[in-house]
Amino acid sequence: MSIKKKKKLTPTQQEYQQFAQEREPKRPILKNCVKAFVVGGIICTFGQVLQMFFIKYFHFSQENAGNPATAVLIILTVLLTGLGVFDHIAQFAGAGTVIPITGFANTIASASIEHRTEGYVLGVGGNMFKLAGPVIVYGVFSAFVVTLVVISFRALGVM
Amino acid sequence: MLKGHQTWVFETKPTIIASAAIGGPYEAKGPLASDFDLLHGDIRLGQDSYEKAEQKLQEQACETAIKKAKMKKEDVQFLLSGDLINQIVPSSFSARTLSIPFLGLYGACSTSMEGLSLASLLIESKFAKNALVCVSSHNAASEKQYRYPTEYGSQKPPTAQWTVTGSGAALLSDQGEGPKVTASTIGRVIDMGLTDPFNMGAAMAPAAVDTLEAHFRDLDRDPSYYDLIATGDLGRVGHRIAGDLLKKHGLNIPEEILTDCGILIYNEDQPVVMAGGSGCGCCAVTTFGHFLNRMRKKELRKILVVATGALLSPMSFQQKESIPSVAHAVSIEI
Repeated sequence: MSIKKKKKLTPTQQEYQQFAQEREPKRPILKNCVKAFVVGGIICTFGQVLQMFFIKYFHFSQENAGNPATAVLIILTVLLTGLGVFDHIAQFAGAGTVIPITGFANTIASASIEHRTEGYVLGVGGNMFKLAGPVIVYGVFSAFVVTLVVISFRALGVM
Repeated sequence: MLKGHQTWVFETKPTIIASAAIGGPYEAKGPLASDFDLLHGDIRLGQDSYEKAEQKLQEQACETAIKKAKMKKEDVQFLLSGDLINQIVPSSFSARTLSIPFLGLYGACSTSMEGLSLASLLIESKFAKNALVCVSSHNAASEKQYRYPTEYGSQKPPTAQWTVTGSGAALLSDQGEGPKVTASTIGRVIDMGLTDPFNMGAAMAPAAVDTLEAHFRDLDRDPSYYDLIATGDLGRVGHRIAGDLLKKHGLNIPEEILTDCGILIYNEDQPVVMAGGSGCGCCAVTTFGHFLNRMRKKELRKILVVATGALLSPMSFQQKESIPSVAHAVSIEI
């Protein structure tokens, strides 16, 4: 906890938080990292297999083969989300399923399913990007900033 | 009658003439399955939304309790109910179906004992002959409102708890046979500045301890008076903290009588349950199902139930507010 946040707490609160913290189970960070690495690795390897499959049998170029491979991963994730299996895999895998495209597909699919009861427009349409929205907003914005940096460096003749 | 600072002693001893507990699929796999009147395999209960399913849970709990007492719903003067969903609609909508004069309650997960205290007060003051208390929670409906979509794949920490899908109802009367409500202690709101909604046990433990201390102080009673003291939904994490905190405050409750509904309701090895059960339904189904059944079998004679509630909203948490908590204790004797 930051020092600034701690300052607002009374001594009793600080004492209790210390007391409680000593009795809480810690997040198994190392175990989670290993699991994330293995599951994430499997997903990425599978993605690579898909990419090679599209190059070999559908004559995609190395550059373009990523698109159908990603699409297959998205479809599989959406299917697993709909079947109610994905959240259980994610509880085990943690960042392993969040970081690849599977995490992004799951946020959109799960929010859409969840808000189906409020109708297609306000429910599905309005909530589809509830979790994915921030990723898109800040993803696009950071891409914009990076582009600006690259352009100015080029203009200065550094790159 | 008021005793001490915050405790009511009921001299007429309002009687719980009937009670009911309805549960969902996860509760059916738990160790208390046999104490439920009805268990659903389908989390939607055949309804088209989770919110409607929760409403159905309440209706079934109320109807079962009334039927068990061999009464008609016209015999019940007041219905006091609550849940966790925005504007407590499952409660209001089930009250619409039951058409019993209705008082809606919100005390987060402490609602069960808040309702039981208020219903006892109605009976004690002779403002009602029969009053029905009903509380519910629904796992998917609560997850949707408080956290993420149910199918969203996020990894929960070991301190997280699993919201119980279930509804408990208790029918109180000024006469008849059954366990009697003898006293209740209304808790203060305690805030220890915790902010993690995935660790409600630690946020609520101080409230439970505060109410327990007040209860024993006001009634000048020793904890050994009770056969069982159960907190509402502290889970394994909060239970441990509360136990140690009680010792630190000099209140020695023997470990074998201090338990927690959130621990009892699920098996330790049930997946996704993590630290234990939570939600309004947790304390309600355990008390109105399991505990009252044991009392009727005379396995327990005097129990104290301390329902704990974390008074946060999805917005207050996003605005970086801490999680204040409240706990209400009710003593039931037979």
